[in-house]
Amino acid sequence: MAPRTDFWAILTEPLIRQNPVTLQILGICSALAVTTSLPTALTMSVSLTVVLTLSAMLISLIRRHIPDSIRLIVQIVIIASLVVVIDQFLQAYFAEISRALSIYVSLITTNCLVLGRTEAYARHHAPLPAAVDAFGNGLGYSLILIIIGGTRELFGQGSLFGEQVLPLASEGGWFTPLGLMLLAPSAFFLLGGLVWAIRSWRIEQAEAPEHASPAQARAAE
Amino acid sequence: MTGLWALFLGAAFVDNMPLTLFLGLCTFLALSKRPESAMGLGVAMTGVMGVTVPLNWLIYQGLLAPGAWAWIGMPELDLSYLSLIAFIGVIAATVQLLEMVLDRFFPTIHAAFGAFLPLLTVQCAILGGSLFMVDRSYDLAESVVFGLGSGLGFGVAVVMLGAIRTRLSYADLPAGLRGLGIAFILTGLMSLGFASFAQMALSQ
Repeated sequence: MAPRTDFWAILTEPLIRQNPVTLQILGICSALAVTTSLPTALTMSVSLTVVLTLSAMLISLIRRHIPDSIRLIVQIVIIASLVVVIDQFLQAYFAEISRALSIYVSLITTNCLVLGRTEAYARHHAPLPAAVDAFGNGLGYSLILIIIGGTRELFGQGSLFGEQVLPLASEGGWFTPLGLMLLAPSAFFLLGGLVWAIRSWRIEQAEAPEHASPAQARAAE
Repeated sequence: MTGLWALFLGAAFVDNMPLTLFLGLCTFLALSKRPESAMGLGVAMTGVMGVTVPLNWLIYQGLLAPGAWAWIGMPELDLSYLSLIAFIGVIAATVQLLEMVLDRFFPTIHAAFGAFLPLLTVQCAILGGSLFMVDRSYDLAESVVFGLGSGLGFGVAVVMLGAIRTRLSYADLPAGLRGLGIAFILTGLMSLGFASFAQMALSQ
């Protein structure tokens, strides 16, 4: 590690350049399931960021004491305990949102993002950089969730945070809600489009083709 | 009997794990590049879910559910908040056990999909299956059928996606869409197709 760790870089790197959802393919399950509206997307983002940051910090603190052979079980138990705490907290104070999120809060436990970051980063770094890295990844995840959640709620119901933004045709306005936006396929389409947009903007993220076209193959010879 | 059959079909097609419930997408996308690995994943999923969901049902009903300890005089003891940790433990142990059994008795199968068996521990679809089983209060027979059905549904979906992606690897796609981008859009189209199963279930 460099003598002076560049916290700003660790924090901003996962926002777009190393975004956990669109580039590292981590934590997609929950990213799509909870984005029918902004409030659920936001709650999920906050819960995940909290769990991610705390678990990265805890695991980084005890990283020298975990035997390598059982580290996965230790990490999962730590994450699961944190998730139980968050779940109970949501049930106590935000009962309505907790019902809307159904089992997806509990599924943060198996969210590949949390385990992926603790496994790839927190295990080898001091608590502070580990926490910053986890927080940055949490923010990157939240960014995607909020973009998709906002789009789906705006076009699916004509509202943002439950406030009517586009006047509905059924109430004398001009906007007819797109029912498809509230169904599962639209989440896949939106995320696919988002990945396309980001990779066209930052062309270095694009994946190499598996097979060269005949013309390129001839040119190479 | 018809109830169980309907539950099986429902779990496999109407509530398809990756396509309608968004569960287990990480492995779904990562291992669908080739139909062979997709097939291995599907078989492993069916096996693991068929075992863990009923096992977790036994543990939940016997130890954790409210009132499970009534027989030793503690009827108001409610340990259901521990279910998450218990389920994860059971799943991790089952996967480990399955790996050891396969390694010992069926080395060829183990070699075919041994590399990603451990990954199944952190598969949201498997944990999700157990959580849904509690949420919808299935009985033992129903939880076996539900586990097998959702595992099979996952397998069907992943093999189909694997087949499409193999063909697509020869296509000339825009650079930004290659790989992950097109996989998402394909999954969306498949999900649209599976949505029609929901209509079938409604019209029955």
